[in-house]
Amino acid sequence: MKVAKIAALAATLSLAGAGAGHATTLEDVQSRGELNCIINTGLIGFAAPDAAGRWDGFDVAHCRAVAAAVLGDPDKVKFVNATGKTRFTLLNSGEGDVLFRNTTETMSRDADLKLSFLPVTYYDGAGFIIRKDKGVTSARDLSGASICIQTGTTTELNLADFARANNIDYEPVPIETNEEARTNYLADRCDTYITDASGLAASRATFDNPSDHIILPELISKEPLGGAVRHGDDQWFDITKWVVNALILGEELGITQANVESMAARAGKNGDINRMLGTEGDFGAMIGLDKKWAVRAIKAGGNYGEIFDRYLGPSTDIGLERGLNALYTDGGIMYAAPVR
Amino acid sequence: MNTATYQPGEHPELPPPVSERGALGWVRAHLLSSPFNIGLTLLSLWFLWWIVPPAIDWFFIDAAYTGADRNACRATAPDGACWAFVGERLQLFTYGFYPAEERWRVNLSFVLLCVALVPVLFDHVPYRKAGLIYAAAFPFIAGWLLIGGFGLTPVPTDKFGGFMLTLVIGVTGIAFSLPIGILLALGRMSKLPIIHVFSVSFIEFIRGVPLITLLFVASTMLNYFLPPGSTFDLLLRVLIMVTLFASGYMAEVIRGGLQAIPSGQSEAADALGLKYWQAMRLIVLPQALRISIPGIVNTFIGLYKDTTLVIIIGLLDPLGIGRASVADTKWAGLSTELYVFVAVFFFVSCFAMSRYSLYLERKLETGHKR
Repeated sequence: MKVAKIAALAATLSLAGAGAGHATTLEDVQSRGELNCIINTGLIGFAAPDAAGRWDGFDVAHCRAVAAAVLGDPDKVKFVNATGKTRFTLLNSGEGDVLFRNTTETMSRDADLKLSFLPVTYYDGAGFIIRKDKGVTSARDLSGASICIQTGTTTELNLADFARANNIDYEPVPIETNEEARTNYLADRCDTYITDASGLAASRATFDNPSDHIILPELISKEPLGGAVRHGDDQWFDITKWVVNALILGEELGITQANVESMAARAGKNGDINRMLGTEGDFGAMIGLDKKWAVRAIKAGGNYGEIFDRYLGPSTDIGLERGLNALYTDGGIMYAAPVR
Repeated sequence: MNTATYQPGEHPELPPPVSERGALGWVRAHLLSSPFNIGLTLLSLWFLWWIVPPAIDWFFIDAAYTGADRNACRATAPDGACWAFVGERLQLFTYGFYPAEERWRVNLSFVLLCVALVPVLFDHVPYRKAGLIYAAAFPFIAGWLLIGGFGLTPVPTDKFGGFMLTLVIGVTGIAFSLPIGILLALGRMSKLPIIHVFSVSFIEFIRGVPLITLLFVASTMLNYFLPPGSTFDLLLRVLIMVTLFASGYMAEVIRGGLQAIPSGQSEAADALGLKYWQAMRLIVLPQALRISIPGIVNTFIGLYKDTTLVIIIGLLDPLGIGRASVADTKWAGLSTELYVFVAVFFFVSCFAMSRYSLYLERKLETGHKR
């Protein structure tokens, strides 16, 4: 926190000092020919390298979509791996252009750390996992339990709030990474493990006997995860924001990785699709890009639904249901502003 | 029964009793010499019996060596290690994200490193003088090979990773921290005020700040101080920081060696009419460095293991590569295998350094043995 504050302060100073004549982030990225995207050092489903060293995952797919929209190539990304502690400093110091690292949007991060949050890409909430044979069925019965918790996260603060509100005494077992939590929990060094429900599901999928463990029904916090950029470059904020929106709109309008090019070949009857895919009007120019920006973004890894299904959805080992992350038309709360 | 009689002083020398020699004697003397030692021996045997067979089972006998993912491993070897994970990721562990078609350059650099080490480490090798000149040029040759340019495809340094990254940082730090450390130690003992104050403040600053802070400054804070838009290679920043950090510690180790040399030595050198550098090079430093060997190697080993800290700033050394790899759904949950594998790598490297330092001490031993 302290480091992050100093970083934010230094960022403000450097912004003040840099003054006019400083190239925009878009110009920087284009002249570099590479997008610097800050991601996790490894989180199941969100960011992990394959055997050949190519990064893949839900967060990574968003990086690639931005790179495709801005540079025309989803592979022109330099991934900057960040821990929970370094992510904001890296963004504010300019080592990264955009942050997609399962980051919860909060007021203090937005205002105090001087970040602009992009539309939420994953609505999450902190939950507990516990062995079935402990006989606990509700988070309110956890009094006296030892709880594995990742330090420096919003979850840590939310757990404290939840325990205070429900008069729960607990013994925190501080850990650093998800993998460490998994090991500690399975070795019975803590009764339960709390983290974002997506992470719990991902971890449980890889247990030897997943059915011996239950995820308690209560989610004790709101964890809206999304990307972020620095304060101070509204054009870059608009670009990244609309790339994320375009992916969500893509699902809503039925534009997929497979059909996006044929749909963009000529104008159809649906004005929303035409405007987004550049067959009507020139919305790309408003954010400093060409007409086909959204076509490339969707072509990179598919629309939001396709990305979700590929990395987190029921067909993967992680097997997350869409839940809140379904489109608003399907009972979720994914609702992107229109291109107009 | 031997009944022969001998004149006084004529008795032939008989071998010691059976219970005092050979394997039996050794066991008696070293394992069973007192009730307390018998107890300790039994305890150790029990401990070994408790630890070693299950470890061998887990490591080799029950382990799965092939399999497409963790579930396949668990199906064939429910209680053993899953080395298929390490096997599939071996390239990644070794080269990091270095482009596949350019990896011969990494291999070639490694071979050249081994060739360069021979004349540096051992005395009696043919063409040693030429070898040493080549060894001095090696860092630059390797730098050109790895980074590219001048006819080779450039490879950005953020593609470096795995064991290769550990070696690049470790070898650079070790190669440059020794000379810088010697200069700093001499500077600290110098009578010239500016050099003295500079060396003292540098060393105390380095020793007063954790390496992780220096790395953090190198990775993020530096950008705030540099003019906007200027970029400065992250790996280079790390190399500089690691080298300076090790130099600070090295300087103090060598100063300890210098102070152990009686002042009579340098006075004698003065009396012979040797200049400062001649006296240092010919009289003082050879003795000081010899007695500093354990401390120097200690610093090297510490530096080598500290390279794993670069994960904090997002460079993926073997540990970082491994942690990222267990985030792949195929291999999630294999952190034990990962940590064991990386530990073996570090143990082999560090043990080799430690053995070499013992060899060096024995070779240079000239009468101070205790």
